[in-house]
Amino acid sequence: MKIIGLIITVVTGALLFYAAGDFPAWSDPASPASTYLSPHFIEKTMEETSVPNIVTAVLADYRSFDTMFETAVIFSAGVVCFFLLRISRREDEEPETRYYRHVLTGVTIQLKEGHKMPPSADFERIDSMWTPPDLIIKTGCRLLIPFVQLFGLYVIAHGHHSPGGGFQGGVILGASVILLAISHDLRTAVRRMSEKLIGILCAAGVLIYACTGALCLLLKLNFLDYSALAGILHVDPITARSHGILMVEIGVGIAVLATMIWIYNNISSAGRYRQGL
Amino acid sequence: MSEQYPALLVVVPLLSALVVSIAGWINKRLCFPIAVAALGVAAWSAVGLLLRVLDEGVIVYKLGGWSPPMGIAYYIDYLNGLVLPVVSIVALLNLIANKKGIEQQFPDKIGPFYTLYLLMVTGLLGIVVTGDAFNLYVLLEIAALTGYGLLAMGEERAPLATLNYLYMGTIGACFYLLGVGYLYIVTGSLNMVDIARLLPPLYQSKAVMAAFIICMVGVWLKMAFFPLHAWLPNAYTYANSAASSLIAPLVTKVMIYVMIRLMLTVFTPEFAFTTLAVSNAIVWLAVIAIVMGAVLALAERNLKKMLTYIVVAEVGYMVGGAWLGNRDGMTGAILHIVNDALMTLCVFMVVGNIVYKVKGYAFEDLQGLFRKMPFTMGALVIGAMSIIGVPPTCGFFSKWYLIVGAISAGHYGFMAALIFSSLVSVVLFFRVFEICFYEPFADHHGHDNHPGGMDEAPVSMVVPLLIVAVILIVVGLYTGDIVNHVIQFAIPETMV
Amino acid sequence: MTDLISMVVAKYNYWIYITLMMIGLYAIIAKNNLVKKIVGMNIFQTAIILFYVSIGVKKGATIPILEHGHGPDAHHVVHAVDYINPLPHVLMLTAIVVGVATLGVALALAIRVYNNYNTLEEDEILAQIREK
Repeated sequence: MKIIGLIITVVTGALLFYAAGDFPAWSDPASPASTYLSPHFIEKTMEETSVPNIVTAVLADYRSFDTMFETAVIFSAGVVCFFLLRISRREDEEPETRYYRHVLTGVTIQLKEGHKMPPSADFERIDSMWTPPDLIIKTGCRLLIPFVQLFGLYVIAHGHHSPGGGFQGGVILGASVILLAISHDLRTAVRRMSEKLIGILCAAGVLIYACTGALCLLLKLNFLDYSALAGILHVDPITARSHGILMVEIGVGIAVLATMIWIYNNISSAGRYRQGL
Repeated sequence: MSEQYPALLVVVPLLSALVVSIAGWINKRLCFPIAVAALGVAAWSAVGLLLRVLDEGVIVYKLGGWSPPMGIAYYIDYLNGLVLPVVSIVALLNLIANKKGIEQQFPDKIGPFYTLYLLMVTGLLGIVVTGDAFNLYVLLEIAALTGYGLLAMGEERAPLATLNYLYMGTIGACFYLLGVGYLYIVTGSLNMVDIARLLPPLYQSKAVMAAFIICMVGVWLKMAFFPLHAWLPNAYTYANSAASSLIAPLVTKVMIYVMIRLMLTVFTPEFAFTTLAVSNAIVWLAVIAIVMGAVLALAERNLKKMLTYIVVAEVGYMVGGAWLGNRDGMTGAILHIVNDALMTLCVFMVVGNIVYKVKGYAFEDLQGLFRKMPFTMGALVIGAMSIIGVPPTCGFFSKWYLIVGAISAGHYGFMAALIFSSLVSVVLFFRVFEICFYEPFADHHGHDNHPGGMDEAPVSMVVPLLIVAVILIVVGLYTGDIVNHVIQFAIPETMV
Repeated sequence: MTDLISMVVAKYNYWIYITLMMIGLYAIIAKNNLVKKIVGMNIFQTAIILFYVSIGVKKGATIPILEHGHGPDAHHVVHAVDYINPLPHVLMLTAIVVGVATLGVALALAIRVYNNYNTLEEDEILAQIREK
């Protein structure tokens, strides 16, 4: 296999090296890629969409259809991870012994033969492999998480004017919840965001995007032509495009946030939703 | 509403996938009706589009209202106008037929299964309808990712086979993306029609040639063309039957559509056949693909795996036909996309029914099936006749065009391979029929309550199967109309 | 000779991406461990991202975010030469997302394989399959 791999690699590499001879030099302003479509985007974006961040405008308006499917890609990855890994409730039979921890004193109780403890504020359910989280890490993350989330929201909302947007902000928001799962345990994170909520949010995020597009279709223009929203939003068609971009970015943010957590939960615990990693 | 068909075609399955995903958390019984309704709308739009294309010619739909090449546009012409109804109808019939099987296999995960199924169909329809080279890549990845998810839920070996498919599929998609990047770097455009307009002065460029080769290799990896086919048989065999009977008919065929689209629209036939001068070598590869597929199928003692090798051989038919470089060969290749999708669906649905009832698909499990499941086996006979190429069924006509194309191109090796493969198919299927027909019911099925009696699969599985079998014959009878009114216009006039 | 050197220097972005890509390709084909193959796959995808992003670079240009986005002078003249090409960045945002999604699915599949065979070495798995 090694020899075959080497031959394939060398042949492919040689072809690519050969082809690179005809490419324009690096950072050449006169290359076709820089002179054909991009000047239009750079010079007309402000007039046509009133969004100063050209990448956002191209991503969520000129090529918004690509971006919708990009969100669908990440959504399907979430669904696939769930579909492949999640142990169904019947198979994931509850363990015979359960462990509970008294929150204030840290005393751990073991209940055998499938006994359960009625839900109470004093005790929390823990996994058999549970280890106490480090105080410094726990406190540090608790302090950090709100700021991380605030920054995530800023990145989504300010994508029109600065680097950012739904994907980046969504990943930051998702990372904040994953940070909680790492610094405490998976059970704590799932308690904050239940599996059902995540599953629904994932689909809802993409649904916001697709419905924005479908709304334009219902308003007698083409799919994702945000200028159709002008009548509803009471603004001129150019500003309507800017608002349309914000709507879909929010959808993207929600979808990415939920999918990141969903993928993490399923992969880190191999679908059992007990002690992660 | 008819001017919005191109958007509805792709957006309705996508929206329904999302709604089904949410419904899966709330009430599982809602999933199936939503999915069927969505695919029904998609099939309706696809047929409507084909009729509009027949009336008005090429339809351009600008997404987001931006005219190409700034934005993304859909182009529906005779080529994808023909493929779209096939994809959507195959997906719809297969979904209806597999309702029971899905509920039997994934009682807890019905919602995710239908979600992935609908997303996969969205991806395949999007690949066929799009006119943007990069958009095609994104949709390719949707179809691929959901396909990995669907295929991996099966027998014990399914995850490993799927992981191998994932490596190969990712390389294929990345090669395609790289090829698009090469085209972008030399033309500055991503729209297929626009690239085609900008390319002719650059045909001597090394970069364009490399772009073509890389794209082709990527697409061949995805369609399992001969030396790159190793992932296909295991991945399709060990999967659950609902997934394999969706993916086996559609994915390879859609990739062949992409190849033909690249050859005819993005590049011109002159470039593909004359400037490059590799077509002869590729037809010989196709010959090897057909022969190897047939021989490897002979070696199998397992119905489903045998069929997967037939899929590999059929890919050889279409690639070879497309690369013969004449009108008849191309007609045969395009017609065979339609026919092969339908006949592969037919035989894989038969396997699905057998698995549902007998819980196995090895040859020894098939004994006495003619008496036990007469309708299912009747459909298998028609599907087999079509694969062999017996006249009233559609398989004969596409094979006829391919052979005529081979003769007029003077490529007798390809002709011989086609005939050889037909003969091998005769042997393959009559061996199966013999087992199903003559040998008595074996003792180890003694737990069955009606030994020797009829024990057909549920009506909801048999009726779609019989519809497919009838379609095989109907398409065969109307081949002349399909060729004269649709395919003839799909091939550029410069190609003789 | 100087021609060759100047060509190598002028196009060094392509040489880097091709080298990286081939490392990834070799790892996918030749490595025995399934996770190493996944790592190779990621290198392969990232090399393509590098290639696309390097297409967008323009000498003397800045990031494609217009200055003075709002206010009365919002419609001042913008020169295309001052900003780099935004399109490859947009495309690669998509490719990055696809890469992450593929990685997630690949890891999920690897976990399934590990659950079945208790190993991730391909030869050991194949030996186990042959035994059955």
